[in-house]
Amino acid sequence: MGKVPKKRSLADKVRKTKTSAEIKNNPFEVKINRKKFEVLGRKSKHDVGLPGVSRSKANNKRKETLLKEYKLKNKSSKLIDRRFGEYDTNMAPEDKILKRFAMERQRAHDKKDVYNLNEEEELTHYGQSLAEMEKFNDIGNSDDESEEKGLLSADRLPLRRRGGLLRKKSSGDQQQEEEGSHRAKSRQELIEELIQKSKQEKRERQVQKEESQELTEQLDKEWKSIQALMVKKTPKSESADQPEEKPKPEEYDKMVRELVFEMKAQPSERLKTPEEIAREAREKLQKLEADRLRRMMGEEAVDSTQSQTHMSADDLNDGFILDKEDQKTLSYQVREEKCFISEEEGDEEEEDGEGSSEEEEDEEDGHSDLESEQESEDEEHNKEDEVISTKPSLSKEELKAQQEAAKAELPYTFAVPEVYGDLQNLLDGHTPDNKRIILARTQKCNHPSLAVGNKLKLQKLFGFLLKYFGEMTNLSPPDLTTVDKLIPELYTLCQMFPDEACKSLQNIFGDAACCIEKVLDCTGQPDLPKLDMLVYLKVTALLFPTSDFRHPVTTPALLYISLNLTKVPVRSLQDVTKCLVLCCLAVEYFSFSKRFMPELINFLVGMLQLAVQDKTSLGYTMVPPFRPSGKCSELLVLSDSGSSKSWSKKRLQLSATERLELNTDLDRDHHRLTCLSVTLDLLKRCCLLYKDLLSFNHIFQPVRTLLSKHLSAQTLPEPVQELHREILELISGAPVTRSPLVLEKKKPIPLKLLTPKIVEVLDYGKKRGSSREEREKEKLKHKYKKEFKGALREIRKDSRFLAREKLNEVMNRDAERKRKVKELFGSLATQEGEWKALKRRKKK
Amino acid sequence: MASTKKRNVSSAKTTERSIKIAKLDLDSKVDDILESRKHANDVFDILEGLQSEREKSVISAVNACSRLFCSLLERKELFMGKLPGEDEVLSGGYSAEEKYQIFMRHRYNSSVEMLLEHLSLGHPEVYESALCCLMKFAAAEGQHPLEDLDWTEHYSFPRHLIQAVVDRLLSKTRDNSLQISRFQEFLEMEDIRYYAMSFIRESVGRVMDKNKGAGMLLYQRNVFTIMSNISVPSQESELTNFMVKQEAKHEDWKAAKLLEHKRAFERMWLGFLKYKLPNSMYKKVLVILHDSILPHMSKPTLMIDFLTAAYEVGGAISLLALNGLFVLIHQHNLDYPDFYRKLYNLLEPSVFYVKYRARFFHLTNIFLSSSHLPVYLVAAFAKRLARLALTVPPTALLIVLPFLYNLIRRHPSCRVLIHRPSAGDEPLEDPYLMDEEDPAQCRALESSLWEIKTLQKHYHPDVAKAAMLINTPLSEKEDDIDAVLEITTFEMMERDLNQTQIKSVPLEFETATQLLKGGGDVLGQNFSLD
Repeated sequence: MGKVPKKRSLADKVRKTKTSAEIKNNPFEVKINRKKFEVLGRKSKHDVGLPGVSRSKANNKRKETLLKEYKLKNKSSKLIDRRFGEYDTNMAPEDKILKRFAMERQRAHDKKDVYNLNEEEELTHYGQSLAEMEKFNDIGNSDDESEEKGLLSADRLPLRRRGGLLRKKSSGDQQQEEEGSHRAKSRQELIEELIQKSKQEKRERQVQKEESQELTEQLDKEWKSIQALMVKKTPKSESADQPEEKPKPEEYDKMVRELVFEMKAQPSERLKTPEEIAREAREKLQKLEADRLRRMMGEEAVDSTQSQTHMSADDLNDGFILDKEDQKTLSYQVREEKCFISEEEGDEEEEDGEGSSEEEEDEEDGHSDLESEQESEDEEHNKEDEVISTKPSLSKEELKAQQEAAKAELPYTFAVPEVYGDLQNLLDGHTPDNKRIILARTQKCNHPSLAVGNKLKLQKLFGFLLKYFGEMTNLSPPDLTTVDKLIPELYTLCQMFPDEACKSLQNIFGDAACCIEKVLDCTGQPDLPKLDMLVYLKVTALLFPTSDFRHPVTTPALLYISLNLTKVPVRSLQDVTKCLVLCCLAVEYFSFSKRFMPELINFLVGMLQLAVQDKTSLGYTMVPPFRPSGKCSELLVLSDSGSSKSWSKKRLQLSATERLELNTDLDRDHHRLTCLSVTLDLLKRCCLLYKDLLSFNHIFQPVRTLLSKHLSAQTLPEPVQELHREILELISGAPVTRSPLVLEKKKPIPLKLLTPKIVEVLDYGKKRGSSREEREKEKLKHKYKKEFKGALREIRKDSRFLAREKLNEVMNRDAERKRKVKELFGSLATQEGEWKALKRRKKK
Repeated sequence: MASTKKRNVSSAKTTERSIKIAKLDLDSKVDDILESRKHANDVFDILEGLQSEREKSVISAVNACSRLFCSLLERKELFMGKLPGEDEVLSGGYSAEEKYQIFMRHRYNSSVEMLLEHLSLGHPEVYESALCCLMKFAAAEGQHPLEDLDWTEHYSFPRHLIQAVVDRLLSKTRDNSLQISRFQEFLEMEDIRYYAMSFIRESVGRVMDKNKGAGMLLYQRNVFTIMSNISVPSQESELTNFMVKQEAKHEDWKAAKLLEHKRAFERMWLGFLKYKLPNSMYKKVLVILHDSILPHMSKPTLMIDFLTAAYEVGGAISLLALNGLFVLIHQHNLDYPDFYRKLYNLLEPSVFYVKYRARFFHLTNIFLSSSHLPVYLVAAFAKRLARLALTVPPTALLIVLPFLYNLIRRHPSCRVLIHRPSAGDEPLEDPYLMDEEDPAQCRALESSLWEIKTLQKHYHPDVAKAAMLINTPLSEKEDDIDAVLEITTFEMMERDLNQTQIKSVPLEFETATQLLKGGGDVLGQNFSLD
């Protein structure tokens, strides 16, 4: 044996004797693997290596495997040691010996038993002999086999399974025979047999089923053929015998079916109580109001008033929707209109709060009657005549009769006027009420839903109607009643075609303003607008919301008013009246939004100044269009202060803006006083509107000085004095102080939150981003490489080991030979020595 | 003349023909006169034509005159030197030749007289031809002077003729603006302009002194018209267009020197502005002052007195004087005490209504653009403008608000006007004194711009939006005011009218029933339908 292996084996031996702890603590055994850097939270198994231990392990393993193989190389037979635990290194040799001994004993015991028949140990289960049970089972199996497959297989199998149990063989011949047959079949065969059996059973059952089905089918066929014969025969016999019997079952069937299909008290839509209707109406109004508020604040409307655009021409805006409109005759529409009117009257009375409650109730009752009646009519009869419809309204028969008479003259259908002249022809010569009816009928006959072209035609109608308004107001005297009556029609048209309405009014204002600017550029003395423009302005306020932050119609309209109030000089009492209308309109425009219009206050102050005689000490510079001097600067100064006594407040006429007939000084003074009172009234309203403004005091400062110092209340009549006093109170009552301005607090900009981006890294140091297959391939390649290297290393170690072994062998052999040669030489030497000694002795 | 005597020919056709005949007649007569002296007496026929009442015949006569006398001047057949009276000619010992020349010279003088008469009275065509004729005479006289002088020492220029024309144009009783505008094309010529300027000055001095400067509105208007049309070229090399070329010593001629021109121009204007002007004239002068008067003066600083006086007047005149003052301050180092105080006091409600609003705000913007102004001053301006903003129309508000913001941007210490966090929440009365004339005393810095807060409720969306800006810190960039200076109400309207993409027009949801209902019922309570 070479030195090195010897040493190693010695070292191994030493190592083996030591405990593992001892080895680990030995610094000569331990090799510490240097770590490049610490990784937190990672536990490494390989920071400490025991090269000696592992080398000896590997060496031992090779000795047991490779070396043996090597030794058995080129050998035709080999010895396999089948002794118990021969190759089990874990077992202690003593244990092995013990076990072997025990097995030896057991085998000997078994063998002995074959011949020892008497000594039998019965195995029992639940107090019964297992052998008995097996017997019983066998009997039962033969019975149940065909019926229950589950049992069968369960019973067959356990035989084999139970074979594993420690069991004494029964001594009976039968059993032995059976055992013998069982033994003859291998396990494979057994399973195949089982499968075959179960399949066969299945097939059998299927066949049975098919057969029975076939049988039933056949039976059915036969029955059918027989039945056909029977059916053919029965009617003859029955009709002949019992003709009344036939309806009976039908009636019965019917009943049954009816019962089956009868509506099972489905929850129908409940009729709304008046409170609910009121609440809904209120909610709708609230929503619209909220819309209006939002627009007033200048926020963008999302899709407001979309629903509005689809309203029908005679929608009362009360949520009442008439479904079967198309089925009605025209007479209905007339009556419905009557309802509309009567309700309107009711509305007016409600608004005014003057009408007696009794009347109101009457009217409402009548109306509700009408409505309910109408509904019932709708259901019962589709076509009914005017005659019937007039019946229910008994309370107002006279009025109705008159209206009927008036309407009887009018045809029920009208073509939509294509040009403006047509409209004139259509409306001329009728009373205002009739004009309205004509327009209403025109709209209804040509409702956009009835024909394709109607929409375009009706769109034009709005423009014509506006033009007609203008014409009516420019008559002398202006026909304002017509305009007044036609307002609802204009409103409905506007609701139908908002874009068209918007465009026509925009054009009107644009043209008018353009006109004023042109005149201003040339001569600088434009005229105030005529009455038609005033009416248009008012109509705008009726058709469009004036409170919007920006509105395509009302904003230009306001600018137009502003233009008139700032640039156009006031030259006569007529102009004063016109301007007052403009101011009224402006105040109306702002009545809801309470927006601030500096021109308006300026103008009203200017009007007050017109009433002041001595303008030198005003302490306030007059702002255009008013001038501090000139013949128009004292338009409102009374010629005789005594005329205020005979003055009484009355409303101004709108027509006074166009034609003012004031012949006497007294009349003129009265008109002046009226204008003054209107001015003061407007100022009061302005005070109320603007009292929340921060600069209220400064805005109304000129008013205050004028009223308190220059326009003494004594000379004025009583109602004007009162207004005077109220305004002064309002102005002086306003708070003077206010807190200084501060910029709005900005929200602090929050720090940027940098949440870490988490990327799941599955394998470190690997290329990422490639497809899964590629990664798999890479992994495999890597593994292969690793394995290949490992294998190479192992092979090298193996061959080194083998070489070492071979060398050992050769060296051993050589040493043996040398020893033998030495021995031989030694023996030869001794022989020689003996021989020589013999010789010497012989010689001696 | 035979034909002209038959004036009462009724048919127009015949008159036309007769005029043609008359014209031919006159032409032939001129030829005759020029041909031989024995037809000399025909000149009376021509002069008679000048006195005719019919324009066409006058015009033809004028044409004839111009042809006749121009050629006579060329031939030197007019008497030169001091003209003896016609009576003297008979008695004095003149030769026939001289007699003829004196005779013709007298006819020439009378024709000039008549032409001048036509200049101020006549029909457009008549005065035009008369003026042309006179200027032709002047040109001819320049070439062939009538004075008998030593032309090596004097410069020949028809002074008398030009002076007569100028005097005639500056009528005291008629508005001669049309004639003057016709005369303007002759003022393009350097020498005429030069002499005209001195004649105008003489005339103004003479007339105004005589009348004590009262009631000369028409005269002043005429003077202003002619003066405002005069502009002096900016460079000496441009002085090339002369009516009369001086043979000798042209270079030394005063009319050929730019400085002399400027002096004459300056003297003319100062002479004119010395006298009291009516307001409208004042404004007109101030409007053109900064770009058509000041640059042409040799010493613009001479205008200081006039401008400061105008600035003191107040109102629109002060506004207009600002522009001239600005030029003087900016380019000529004028130091004007209390300038800003006066500017401050110019801020009145009427500022926003006058025609010159854009100009005023443009200039005020420039004056207040200096970052060296004291804070109290800027704050005073800002506060005053804000206060005035409560009374002005939206077009002006669109100027005022950005203007204010620019002030605050330029002077960050004025930010307290819109942001005073230290004062706490206790409310206080506005400490600003509107009536105080001194911006240093008005306590504007202690105040806040509540007015702008008020304007956030303005009815016009653009104004309200602009006013909203003070809620948040102002942006760094200044607003461009010039874009909104000239905006009109109609232009503001057009913004709304021309919006093409109207989504859906919001409608009134309360049903309209009657004309006078709705909107708080203001109209209905004060007015009735019938």
